[in-house]
Amino acid sequence: MRLSVRVALWATLASLPVGIAVAFVLARTRFPGKTLVDGLVHLPLVLPPVVTGYLLLVLFGRQGPIGAFLADELGVVFAFRWTGAAFASAVMGFPLLVRAIRLSIEAIDRRLEAAAATLGARPAAVFLTVTLPLMLPGILAGTILAFARSLGEFGATITFVSNIPGETQTLPTAIYAFTQVPDGDAAAMRLTIVAIILSLAALLAAEWTARRIGRRVAG
Amino acid sequence: MTVALDIAHTLGAFRLEARIETGPGITALFGRSGSGKTTLVNIVAGLIRPDHGRLVVDGRPLVDTAARLFVPPHRRRIGYVFQEGRLFPHLSVRRNLLFGRAFTPASDRRETVADVVALLGLETLLERRPASLSGGEKQRVAIGRALLASPRVLLMDEPLAALDVARRDEILPYVERLRDERRIPIIYVSHQVPEVVRLATTVVVMDAGRIAAVGPVSEVMTRTDLYPLTRRYEAGAVLEARLAGHDPAYAMSILALDGCTLRVPQLEAAIGAPIRLRIRARDVLVATRPPDGLSAQNVLPARIQAIPEGDGPIVDIALDVAGRTLNARLTRRAVASLGLTPGQSVFAVVKSIVFDGHTVSRGPAARATDPSGAVDT
Repeated sequence: MRLSVRVALWATLASLPVGIAVAFVLARTRFPGKTLVDGLVHLPLVLPPVVTGYLLLVLFGRQGPIGAFLADELGVVFAFRWTGAAFASAVMGFPLLVRAIRLSIEAIDRRLEAAAATLGARPAAVFLTVTLPLMLPGILAGTILAFARSLGEFGATITFVSNIPGETQTLPTAIYAFTQVPDGDAAAMRLTIVAIILSLAALLAAEWTARRIGRRVAG
Repeated sequence: MTVALDIAHTLGAFRLEARIETGPGITALFGRSGSGKTTLVNIVAGLIRPDHGRLVVDGRPLVDTAARLFVPPHRRRIGYVFQEGRLFPHLSVRRNLLFGRAFTPASDRRETVADVVALLGLETLLERRPASLSGGEKQRVAIGRALLASPRVLLMDEPLAALDVARRDEILPYVERLRDERRIPIIYVSHQVPEVVRLATTVVVMDAGRIAAVGPVSEVMTRTDLYPLTRRYEAGAVLEARLAGHDPAYAMSILALDGCTLRVPQLEAAIGAPIRLRIRARDVLVATRPPDGLSAQNVLPARIQAIPEGDGPIVDIALDVAGRTLNARLTRRAVASLGLTPGQSVFAVVKSIVFDGHTVSRGPAARATDPSGAVDT
């Protein structure tokens, strides 16, 4: 269970900066092939998770083109490690993260940024002092969605990194494992209750921060 | 402290061509909506890059399309008060005020927070959020925020347009104080005659992307040929006068213009204070003999300067009153039945009642007596 939380946390935290950057590019810029990039980002949302997991395995496995390069050059291995579980969760949650952040960027009144510029703020300062704070509700919503998705991620994880106890076994895969063995019902139920408590706690915490930030941003 | 601008810019089917040099005080950009006023100030602020031309502020070139020069807005130090305030919703009033100051080098800071807060009456608002402010309060904060960035020039784009009449009257005195107590030149966009007459030192009349007239307020607003642009209903002469005395028995004040006096409802101002008056053409009667048994308190000897030709019902005639022009709006029938002709001596009659908060204001303080001694940068 602790592993599950660790996987979900890392998945969310690691994808956050990338998610903000991608959302910003998609919301604010126009370039040829933008529709394609947009589609690619959203692909994990519509593909069967097993397909995503299999693609990850093909690409990032020890024998895969990217996985071999990472393992040989950087010593980073995803396949059948908890980092791989986090990576799979991150990929699966990414579309939700980007969508929420992008919507919040598109909702920002760009005239406020013009006003900040007339007050002497250079573009980077405008982003940090105006754009980013106004994006916060979207970032938070996206983070919660991605975190929840990570906690519940099953198909891509089990396909990419299997179900190794202590290494890649997350809550859903453990519950699944218990349901497959005789007398596993009690253990499965215990984990189910844990999952409910965990999810509820995450939701309440999110709700609380959202309300605080919402109050701040709305003034 | 000047803004010199000579630009051409095309936006779809709209073409803006303008050449202006502004001096101290408030320069009003006046014209109907769509005449190019906002585009012009956006070019000065750097929010729009003009197709062709030059912009020089205080001798420093900010735009020169021939030399491919374009200074981005954040390096121009030009303050901007927007029509809708544009306060940062996630920051308190205090942090909104301090926003621009953070980006101003300490050596360039000319305003202190305490001064600006006092000037604009913001003391009780500092810890509030913009969402909880009234429209008038928001605009006062927006003015303070722009001032605290110590701008070289302040642009104000219809800052009162989103406010009701009562809120406007609440803000106008602050803008007047800005004009009289700070040496910062202001470019003020408006399509409201009372506002322009009350605030402006110089008026630039814009029409369909071009400049139709430039000059001192009293001269431009009095020109009958500009009436289609300066709004017929409000059109009339603008006169600069001085408060000569009070008549407490009847709660009236007496204003002196060279060679004549006017009686108006009592004003709250010191004797000798400059007063700017607007006398709408529709409020002036013409009599061929000194009227007898008439309630109007102001009867001024005048001479008819010009009677424009026309075949509509209305004629705006120009009168010479002690060397200055006053306009009277008469029906063509009245002109004919009185037999009025240019050069004729007549009497202009103005009721005291027409002088109210919308037509009488404090004139701009004389620069020579400005005691603020602000550092000229």
